[in-house]
Amino acid sequence: MAITKTILTVDDSRTMRDLLTSTLEQAGYSVVQAGDGAEGLQVLESKRVDAIITDINMPVLGGFGFIEKVRRDPEYRAIPILVLTTENSPAMKEKARKAGATGWLVKPFNTEKLTDALRRVGV
Amino acid sequence: MPFAGSGSSVSTKSDSSSVPPEIMAEIRSQFLLECDEHLAEFESGLLQLQAGSTDWEIVNAIFRAAHSIKGGAATFGLDRLVRFAHDIETILVAARAQHVIPDDKALAMLLRAGDVLADFVREARDGTAPDEARIAACSRELAAASGAAMPDQQDFETLTFQPIPASLDADCAPLLQNWIVHFRPHREFYATANEPLVLLKELQNLGDIKVVLEEGSVPPLAELDPTSARLSWTVTLSTAHTEAEIHRAFEFVEDICELRIAPELEDAPAQAPSLPAPLLAEPAPAKQPTPVNAATSSIRVDLEKVDRLINLVSELAIREAALTERVLNAGLAGAHVSAITAAFDDLRHLTRDLQDYVMGIRAQPVKVVFQRMPRLVREVGSHTGKSVQLACHGEETEVDRALIEGLTDAVTHMIRNAIDHGIEKPERRLACGKPAQAQVKLNAAHRGGRVVIEISDDGAGIDRGKVLALAVSRGLVASTDSLAPEEIDNLIFEPGLSTAEKVTDLSGRGVGMDVVRRSVQSLGGRVTVSSTPGAGTQFTLSLPLTLAVMDGMMATVCGQSLVVPLTALLETIQVQESNVRRLGTSGNLLTVHGKHVPMIDLGQFLGYGTKREMSASCVALLVEDDAGEKIALLVDDVPEQRQIVIKSVEANYRRVPGIAAATILGNGAVALILDINAITASRKTPSGTETGVRLSA
Repeated sequence: MAITKTILTVDDSRTMRDLLTSTLEQAGYSVVQAGDGAEGLQVLESKRVDAIITDINMPVLGGFGFIEKVRRDPEYRAIPILVLTTENSPAMKEKARKAGATGWLVKPFNTEKLTDALRRVGV
Repeated sequence: MPFAGSGSSVSTKSDSSSVPPEIMAEIRSQFLLECDEHLAEFESGLLQLQAGSTDWEIVNAIFRAAHSIKGGAATFGLDRLVRFAHDIETILVAARAQHVIPDDKALAMLLRAGDVLADFVREARDGTAPDEARIAACSRELAAASGAAMPDQQDFETLTFQPIPASLDADCAPLLQNWIVHFRPHREFYATANEPLVLLKELQNLGDIKVVLEEGSVPPLAELDPTSARLSWTVTLSTAHTEAEIHRAFEFVEDICELRIAPELEDAPAQAPSLPAPLLAEPAPAKQPTPVNAATSSIRVDLEKVDRLINLVSELAIREAALTERVLNAGLAGAHVSAITAAFDDLRHLTRDLQDYVMGIRAQPVKVVFQRMPRLVREVGSHTGKSVQLACHGEETEVDRALIEGLTDAVTHMIRNAIDHGIEKPERRLACGKPAQAQVKLNAAHRGGRVVIEISDDGAGIDRGKVLALAVSRGLVASTDSLAPEEIDNLIFEPGLSTAEKVTDLSGRGVGMDVVRRSVQSLGGRVTVSSTPGAGTQFTLSLPLTLAVMDGMMATVCGQSLVVPLTALLETIQVQESNVRRLGTSGNLLTVHGKHVPMIDLGQFLGYGTKREMSASCVALLVEDDAGEKIALLVDDVPEQRQIVIKSVEANYRRVPGIAAATILGNGAVALILDINAITASRKTPSGTETGVRLSA
């Protein structure tokens, strides 16, 4: 059971990425980072990940577009994806769901909220 | 397949310590540096807009900058920064929603707000006290503007929480209760990478579970569609946790699975958990409307194969048209011509029949949409304290499979809207002499080559006074305009018109009927509303039977080929000096059967050419939009009527105003299909004058 799970964090803010990384690493995950959806797709090509945490508003390729692309690829289809959001509205959830997100994580988050959400998508 | 286990043994990773303070401090200072970048971007974007740029990407970039600052600031507990950034964001959200670039005044205010943000960032970095007077002034200004942008928004400062101390008797043993949890994931459950096992483990974390898998509806492997969702689970959970906590385990999947949570009945302890039936009476499967021997009359086909077939047939239709055109244009000698023409006619009919049949394969009964609605009605009803009964008719009506998803969204939203806004509370209904329980009717039928779906309720109807007042205050109509009642009703489809006095978490903030209309339009459909004050509202959704082919009238304008959808075309009329009337310098009216109809010069409207003089060689196409408004389109020629295969412009390029889609002609040239609704609508908006939208816009 000692296999470390790898999480891909996609966020254009370096702060957010670093915060996620430290929090996740503290909780025993290994982390790869991407600065937007397009970079995220590149990372996926070279690295096997167990879950993805992605921001929504990003330049180049935003969160929803990124999720849709991941879901369309048979290779990555089964990766659980959490959307990082500041807004906990049904409309946002519906949009995230429609794009193919598995669950969501409302900012600001702490270690517990983060690991709780990951556990709830099976990671 | 029982799966039993006991609670506490599942390990979680949540008990590890949080990020060490020195790392947190480092990230914080990095965040503040990043804020400087965002602020620079924020400012330069605003300056570009001030200089007259109308690039939407700039507005988006400004929004992202404010949003990133807000998100990070919340993490580090910088509350004032969060609040400020939030107000800025609200203004930008409104601008994006209404597709209006903020005016100079708003830009100047946002620039000042950016300065305040910078002050806050500096304060967070080195403790420099910000200029409180400037903050106060700016915050008043922002609050006023964001309040106007989002009038329904609650000020979250007014919400204060009073912690209520609760004492727990330590000696009290946890009160265990048995719950029956039944869940059946929908297809979307799996499509979003959710796992039943994860949910079972979540339940296991709450207490002892016994799991029974129901796999009875799984067909033999040979007939199995691997993407279908057929399994369901019934879990008997013994726990001290509340029903809400059990529900929380399903937070991510509530809307994408069938879920029933109920306490196990005390008086039936012997009952096997594998029998969920008594929990909620389900309609008996006996009254299936298709009594045919299903085993012999149908086979299962992979949907991808069907789609490929449709594509091939569509291509075949295009080639057939191309071949016909080339051969007939090649100039054949006398005797052969009629025989060849006849042969081509036959070929065309065969192709067409083939196309119709293949399209038929894709058809699905709207039942798949309707059957999701009872649950929605129940939930929204109980959430809003209203008692609502749903009646469905015409569930067997078939629509193109590609329409199902969009249709589900639209119907869901409209039913939600009907219950949330249209239907009164029971007390109010009784006071009006109506039965306490409200009725919502869903009706589907084929009508005139389209699928028509009606959603009607017996609620209060649209409050026209309020809609009109709101529309005037938002500048959508002038206060001097006199609108017919049905025109007022249809204003609810305009962006930003939500008459709910407060935003409910059901229908959301203003993402209302305009979104429904846009999504219906993107399916090639139209939606209208009619309402009787005090007696109810009826929405009518009309959709094409298929998305892939349509009949169109070819028209040429300035050498370009265009297609007018035949469903919108009423008549072609020869334009003469005698039946045209000039209206000032910009407009012309065409006299049709004694009535005047506004006429649009299509060449000029689409930016192909400048305004030209009317000549006898011109032809006008009299068309009618979904709301029944007629206009005449002035074109050079109408060579023929034909069936065309629709290719999306949006998917290949982007959305073009006034253009619904494109098609490829026999000679390989592209012809644009006109969007009649967009053309009539652009005439009415203040920005779209008779000169219309330009293709290059």
